[in-house]
Formats: sequence, structure tokens, C-alpha cells
Amino acid sequence: MFQIQVSTSINGDDTEFSCEADETLLDVLRDRLGMTGSKEGCGTGDCGACSVVVDGRLVCSCLMLGAEAQGREIETIEGMADGTELHPLQQKFLDHAALQCGVCTPGFLVAAKSLLERNDDPTEEEVRYWLAGNLCRCTGYDKIVRAVLDTAKDMRKPAKTKKPAAKKRVKA
Amino acid sequence: MNFQPGKDTLKRNFKTVGTRTPRPDGLDKITGRAQFGADMTAPGMLWGLILRSPHAHARIRKIDTSKAEAVNGVHAVVTAADFGPCPDGVLDVRENIMAREKALYDGHAVAAVAATSRAAAKQALKLIKVDYEVLPHVTDVDEAMKPSAPVINNKLFTKGLDKTPRKPSNVAERFEFGHGDVEAGLKQADLVIERTFKTEATHQGYIEPHACLASMGSDGKGDIWCCTQGHFMVRQVCSALLGMDASALRVTASEIGGGFGGKTTVFIEPVALALSLKSNRPVKVVMSRSEVLRASGPTSSTSIDIKIGMNKDGTITAGDATLRYQGGAFPGSAVPYGAMAAFACYDLKAVRAVGYDVIANRPKQAAYRAPGAPMAAYAVESVVDELCKELDLDPLDVRLKNASSDGSKASYGPNFDVIGLRATLEAARAHPHYKAKLGRNQGRGVACGFWFNFGGETSVSLNVSADGTIGLSVGTPDIGGSRASIGNMAAEELGVPHDKVRCIIADTASLGYNDVTDGSRVTFASGLAAINAARDAIGKMCERAAGIWGIPVEAVTWEDGAARPSSPNAGKHEPLTLADIAAQAGATGGPISGHCEINAEGAGVSFATHLVDTEVDPETGYVKVLRYTVFQDAGKAVHPSYVEGQFQGGAVQGIGWALNEEYIYGKDGTLQNAGFLDYRIPVASDLPMIDAVIVEVPNPGHPYGVRGVGETSIVPPLAAISNSVSDAAGVRMTQLPMSPPRVLKALGRI
Repeated sequence: MFQIQVSTSINGDDTEFSCEADETLLDVLRDRLGMTGSKEGCGTGDCGACSVVVDGRLVCSCLMLGAEAQGREIETIEGMADGTELHPLQQKFLDHAALQCGVCTPGFLVAAKSLLERNDDPTEEEVRYWLAGNLCRCTGYDKIVRAVLDTAKDMRKPAKTKKPAAKKRVKA
Repeated sequence: MNFQPGKDTLKRNFKTVGTRTPRPDGLDKITGRAQFGADMTAPGMLWGLILRSPHAHARIRKIDTSKAEAVNGVHAVVTAADFGPCPDGVLDVRENIMAREKALYDGHAVAAVAATSRAAAKQALKLIKVDYEVLPHVTDVDEAMKPSAPVINNKLFTKGLDKTPRKPSNVAERFEFGHGDVEAGLKQADLVIERTFKTEATHQGYIEPHACLASMGSDGKGDIWCCTQGHFMVRQVCSALLGMDASALRVTASEIGGGFGGKTTVFIEPVALALSLKSNRPVKVVMSRSEVLRASGPTSSTSIDIKIGMNKDGTITAGDATLRYQGGAFPGSAVPYGAMAAFACYDLKAVRAVGYDVIANRPKQAAYRAPGAPMAAYAVESVVDELCKELDLDPLDVRLKNASSDGSKASYGPNFDVIGLRATLEAARAHPHYKAKLGRNQGRGVACGFWFNFGGETSVSLNVSADGTIGLSVGTPDIGGSRASIGNMAAEELGVPHDKVRCIIADTASLGYNDVTDGSRVTFASGLAAINAARDAIGKMCERAAGIWGIPVEAVTWEDGAARPSSPNAGKHEPLTLADIAAQAGATGGPISGHCEINAEGAGVSFATHLVDTEVDPETGYVKVLRYTVFQDAGKAVHPSYVEGQFQGGAVQGIGWALNEEYIYGKDGTLQNAGFLDYRIPVASDLPMIDAVIVEVPNPGHPYGVRGVGETSIVPPLAAISNSVSDAAGVRMTQLPMSPPRVLKALGRI
């Protein structure tokens, strides 16, 4: 069968693959490149478990063709940690127990990172709406939302240290 | 050495248990390294796909697979003919995984292919010709019970009646539970309310579709890798269906992307194994989301009548329930559990619950978190709420007045041991949520829930390594952090830091049999077995210390992770730590390990009380959940974060069941909403934070007082939300889900 040759960048690594014309980017990542961190929960763009970032934009990799990766820069969950150093979101997900079964977790992390890159001080409502495209059936979202808000708070801290420290309130 | 319920005292002071340690599988799951069902491959692997019936009910006249077999790359095609005779116990499973004479529901498997690529497998599926004779169908539970309904199985004669009927019907069995004179009790009441409720079928909605990789050798030995709540169950069922020796099949449980009961049975595993047997190649089968919804195991849809009598002082004089659950095309709905759980929160002199197990042209139901109980609690708690409103009584006071407590006779027979229902009700009454002000179009709902909790067959192996660290093998797949809780219990018992214990899920060849992860049993039963296995190992380490010191083993005690002389009479010896003893294991008798094989009893029932505030938009019928608080008895919360997670997750699944989720069947009997776009589970923007209050009333059946926590949390929400919406809307809601059109209809707007 006719296959398409694709040159792309995945997590900073130049990557070449060939794929069928109707293969999704998710199929390519999982079945051709062995990158199974992105999950297929629906295959119709409804669950967000396959979330990746393409040229800075958050997409469901099940809704994009592998051939469309030509010349793009793709980021997946496998590239989120810097070597052994976890991304702050990953650490907070552990600290807050923001995962149970963990199958939706890669998608949530990729989506949440994309939010914090656009908005470093989101409200609870903004976090909830940004993550509304990611389904989680275990946690009820409570601990996920807390983990994202807490990460945002921590990531803003360096900037805040320039300001004079707020006076501590002492209870009488 | 094993814990003796009722004899041994419960441990109350803990070092590791009750702390929020990092979970052992955490790193893998935040980096994408964790391997779930669909993440495994094998050399020479084929892709398996399943052809499914487009009809709700049809006789299969003939299946022609010749054209499919001729497709290049296709190595095997299987149909029901490839599954031979099998033990009676798995007959229904055999029929369900591959239709034989009839397709019994939309999505019922009829054939499967294995090919070198998914494209070739897809092409082959299209070329399989199935000659169907379409038959009349029925999908609604009340319709299925009518004498005029199409009979789905002409060998099905209702069990549990005084006389077995002469004619077959769709009613598989009648159950009855209760005690006392219900009619007399209802006569005594100042007010009797009787109502009928309906709930639609819902799906567990785990994000990971069923997936497996099966490999069968020509020597008759096979392996399966799959996402399941019970790999020992997969081994048993698959080996029985394929006519193999159980031990010739090894099953390894992958990481599991949610189950909630839906992965306590098999759908694709025997099919993949049959394809592998026929092709002599490893075969991977992964369900699509639409296959999951059409052809795995959703809940029953139900129809329930409730009659309850109450006096002006709030005393319930009697309760009566008739529950009708359709469980899909095969007998075995969860109606007995529903009937047993319906009135379990109440200490009643007169109570009766009658259940009917009904079949219909829908996929065979599977367990879903406290199977059968949420619908029963919905109906009972709705009527209790209405009685409270009519008699102008506080709903928490009334529940406290009638609550089951220690020693009271349960509505389903036995007497309760030490239970925590009152503690959850009192915690709710004392919580600021109960006194918070409500605005316009807003309402508050209260409901209680009960679940039995299971124990069951459990086998655990605990190995002491030479460097003093611990390998702990359990046989119950971890669906929500149980490796952390079980590992922490072993660490607690041994007196070592939690990170010295690595808990893994061992395959079926490495451990004795384990029942599936269900019934909220794992932290209780595998935890109990891990504690017993630790005690076994401690006993052996005390023997080694006694040998090293040259004193009798009776003179050695274990404390804070070390063997010590039990008294000054035993001589002066420096303590030998676990690591000290482990380092000398080779010289003192060989490897040290502890084991426990039990059928765990004393699981300890569980209760919860939920409080919820909602706002109803009278223009659109949309219900917004404003505030939600869960109060549940955990016995002892081993890992509080994951206990809270169970409370929150169960509550939110309940919110989905109450407000959005439903299986919608068309007139042709096919499922109309087989995708996450139309079968809408709650998303983050639908919800508030879910406050979780952990109540701890220790379970006398566990050395640390642990009770299962996984399921009870889904029992109260249906009722709590319905009571809240009824309060907000000023009209009693009697059907789920309370989708906007239903709310508008109830409000008389459409």
C-alpha cells in the first residue's frame, strides 16, 4: 500500500516515519514510534487522553493525520520532564494525588501545561473550562484542579519575591 | 499468626498508615511510561477486530467468512463455531462473547478476524456475510415484563416463584428480603407515601477501552496481557472456554485505566485467544469507544415502586419496595443487591424488598460500583425525603431517629456489627454546609447510602531481600492506588519506612488464586493478607534472631522493625534489625519470606451521608451543582488522599448518573449515543470542588480497622441530587437522569 514519508520533530528530536494516508498522528505515535504515553480513550476527540501540542497548539492527536505532522514541532507527554527533572505540574499531580488509574493523566498534564503557558494565574473556573475537553472518570476533577492551581501559584513565585513580602496576619 | 477477628486487639497508633505517601506507580503514570492494556506489543503480532450485530434481536441463519479469509494479510477468522463445549458456569459468557444462534443486542459479537494490519482486518470484516432474520425486540424493563413482550430466551422460566411457570418469559428470577408485618406497619403510620421511579442504564465510563494481547503456542500454553480487575478470573474463564488447563494459561494484568466493576468479566480476551490459537501468532484486540458502549457491560435500567409509612414524630413504621432491573440479554442483574441494600440504612420492624431480574435486548450488564444499590437508594431516599417534607421534619433528624446502628437487624437478614452510619449523619449535621444559606431556585438534598463490602479469596507473598528491602506481590489489580495502601500496611507491620516496600501485581503463575478487585475488597482483603504475610515473615525473622542469640524463639519480640529480647531474662542482646537479619539470611537458613492465603471475612459494611446544593434554571431546565459534601466511614483511612479520591470520584459518577448519563435506544433497538459526545459524563466545568469528610469507625474485622471505601460513595448521590433538585424546583422528581427536558417537563414548561 502507498505510504507517505514524513519528517517532523518530536520533543525536540528530528523524527522520520512513513505512514498510511488515513493513519492518525496518535496511531503513528503509538504503533509506529512506540510512544504509548498518549492514550486513545475515544478516537473522536471527546476525551483528550491523546492530547499533544503541535506548533504550540493543543490538539487531540486522534483528530490529526500522521501525514500532517510534516515539518511541525510536536510535544508529547514523553517530553514533558527534563531528563529526571519533572515538570512542576507532574510533581504537583503526585503531591495532590491528582490521579487514580492514571490513563487520563498524560492528556491532563499536556493540556494543563498548555494552559499555564498562556495564563500563569488562572482562576478555578478558567482551569475547569480549559480542562473541560479532558475526561477523567476516577477523581471527580477536584484534586486535578487543585494541583493545577497550586502549580500556577508556585510557578509565579519567583516574580513575586521581587515585591515586598506581605505582612503576616497574627491572630490575637 | 493470622489476625483473629474478635480476639486480637486493633492497632490504633500508626506511623505509616494514615499518612499521604507518594504512590509507587506515580512516576510511571505522570511520564507516560506506565503500560496499559493497549500499550503492549509482541513480535509477529496481528491486529484483531470484531464484527458486531447491527440488530437488537436477530436469528443468525448463516455466516460466510470465505471472502474475509481470502484477504491478503488475514490469518484467522473465528465465529461461535470456534468455541466448543464448555462448563455450564461459563455458558452465558460463551454466548455473550460470540453470538451463536441469535444476536441478542445491538453490538453483540458475531465474528472476528486477525490480520497483519488494522486496515486488512477492517477490509476483511466488511467481507463477512451474515444472514440475519430480524426478530421483534424489547429494551425497556417494564415492556419486557409484559406477557405480550417478545420472549428472548424460550428456555427461561422464572425462578423463585411458588410454582415454576409453564411458559417462558423475560423474568429470570424473583427475590424477596425482609422481616416483620409490612401491611400492619403501614396501617400504623400517620402518613404513607407510595411512588414509582425509573432510572436509565448508565456505563462505568472508564477512559481506557478494553484491550488485550493474547499469545497461544502450538504446545497448548498461552499468555494474556490485558486490562482487567481480575487476571485470575480471566485465566479461569478463558481456559474454560478454550478447553485448556488453567495453569497452561498465564495472565498478566496491565495497568488498568479505570474499571468501576466493568472489567470484572471478559469480552475480548477469549476472542483474542481463539484468534491466536487459529493463527499461531500473538493477537491484539482493542475495543473502540463505541464498542465499549454498545458491547461491554453497562448497568441495569430500572423501574421501582416504594411505599413507606412514617409517624408524625419521624418514626418509620414500615418500608416496602418492588424493584425491576433489566440486566441485558442474560440473567444476573444486580437486583438482589438492590433489594438487599434498599432499606439497609434503616432499623425497621417491618420491611420487605422484592426484586425481579429481567432480560432485555441490551448488552449483558456488568457490575458498576456498588452494583444495584444506587438505584434502590435513590427510590427509598426520595420517599423518605418527601415524607420529611410533608411532615415538616428535618431530614437528618429523621435519619438519625431511624438509623441502623451497632447490633440492629439489617433489612436483608443479618445483624450489623460496629457500623458508622450515625457518625456520618452527625458529621453532616455539624458541618457548616448544612446550615449554609440558599438562594432563589436553589435547593438542598440529603441522602444516605450503604454497601456490603466484600472480603474473598486472597493470596499475598512478601519477600525479604538481602539488603533489607521488601518485595510485596499481590494478585488484585490496582485500580485506584491500592499498591500504596497495601505497601504501607506491610511497612507499618514490619516497622520499616514505606519506601522500603515495593508492592507489585503478580501474574497468575506467581501467586495463589485471587478473587477480582471488586466489592471494595482490595485494601481490606489484600491489606489484611499483607499484614498476615508480614507477621509470618516477622515470625521467621524472630526465629533467626533466636538462633543467632542462642535463646528460645519465645524470648524474642519484634518491635520498631527489629528483633529484641522480650525481657531482661532473655539475656542482653543488641536488637537485630530487619536489615541485619536479612543480610545473614543465607547463613541462618536461607531466604526469608512471608505468605498468606485466606478467604477473608469480616469486611465490615460501609455507610455514607451526602449533602448537595443545586440550582435549577427554570428557563432551560439546567441543573447546576453548587456545593457537594461527602461524609463516609472509612474505618481507618490507610492513605487519606486516595480515600478522599474514592469519595469524590464516586460522588461525581453519581452526579453524572443523576443529571446527564443514559443509554438511549431507538425504536429499532439500536443504541443512539455510543460515544463520549452524546453519552456525556461530567467534565471539570460541570462541577464544584467535592468536599470529602472522612469518618473513622474502626472495623473489628481488620487489624487496623479498615473498611472498603470504593463503592459506597456512589450510592447516595442519585437520591441526594434528586432531593436537592426537587427542593429547588418545588416538584418531586421521579426519573433519572434529570436532563434539562425532563426538568422542564416536571416544571410544566413543556
